[in-house]
Amino acid sequence: MNWKRAIVTVAGVGIPVIALLSYGMTRDPRSIPSPLPGRAAPVFTRAVFAPGEDPTLRRAVGDSIRLADHNGQVVVVNFWASWCLACRDEHETLSMIARRYADQGVRFYGLLYNDEPRNGIKWIAQMGGQAYPALEDPSARTAIDYGLYGVPETFVVDQRGIVAHKYLGPVRPGELSQLLDSLLLAGARSTTTDAPVTRALPSPDSAR
Amino acid sequence: MSVARQKRLIAAALLCLTAVVNAPQRVAAQVSAPTAAPTATAAAPAPGVDPAFDDRAKAISSRLRCPVCQGESIQDSPAELATQMKSLVREQLASGKSETQVFDYFIGKYGQWILLEPRAEGINLLVYGLPILFIVGGGALLWGAVARWTRPVVTTGNDTGAPIDD
Repeated sequence: MNWKRAIVTVAGVGIPVIALLSYGMTRDPRSIPSPLPGRAAPVFTRAVFAPGEDPTLRRAVGDSIRLADHNGQVVVVNFWASWCLACRDEHETLSMIARRYADQGVRFYGLLYNDEPRNGIKWIAQMGGQAYPALEDPSARTAIDYGLYGVPETFVVDQRGIVAHKYLGPVRPGELSQLLDSLLLAGARSTTTDAPVTRALPSPDSAR
Repeated sequence: MSVARQKRLIAAALLCLTAVVNAPQRVAAQVSAPTAAPTATAAAPAPGVDPAFDDRAKAISSRLRCPVCQGESIQDSPAELATQMKSLVREQLASGKSETQVFDYFIGKYGQWILLEPRAEGINLLVYGLPILFIVGGGALLWGAVARWTRPVVTTGNDTGAPIDD
């Protein structure tokens, strides 16, 4: 047996296989990479079923909210459900941050995912209220448009209508505040340099 | 085995490899051909009304992964989201979108992950090509090894087995 040759063969096959497996171990098989960050946020028009408590963010029940109407504003779109346990963990955080950034033009909307609005209203009351409006999403069309596969998921849309970030699971206050600060700062810079801030055109393949 | 015969066998193996690697592309090309003219209404026919339409919708739904299941297509899954996605497939087909446009819509939202079978393009070609390459390569190695093992032993001097004259 030619030992030198055997060692070279085993190393030649084994090292790439081990490298491939090691790379695979670093990936979370449950995490689905979203193609949306960096691309135009899917537009939506959705009806309000819970108005929100913050006077700046409040919208009347039955109002139609259009993402396209938020030119030059940062919009936080949170998908949630009353049956979602993890949504309870982030609820207070989202309401707190929504109140803090309301005066700076940041808008928060909660889209109800595969749930009845009456359950959503009951849940909001149980949780002690919600600062921002909650919207219906019949047949989960907006959820599918955003490539949703579970709740909670939160999308931050920048002033140009581009998805700046997608959060999987409960949002952490520090992370979201940092992102909002940086987006507001970038928006202020572009305004001072007279760069046009226009909302990106809605994607043509929207489910709407 | 003669050298000419060996060459013919290798050529045949390479032809088979090319055919298999190209097969998924041909299937994709068939699927991508628009099969319906755009219709005025986006309302999808109810299941069972138009069997040909149902077949097209099923063919697409069978190739889309259910996001809330484990390795199941939206066609096979009873999950609520899968049902809603199936309805969306039907609506998009009814609105005149081609199969490719429907797939592209879902890929735009979920990435290539949403396809149960990755498209045979770019890095994905490895998924289709490597197994064939390993089978052909392994077969060639095995062939070489067997040829070496079964090769008649050539000996020199008095080890030929011929009787030695005294």
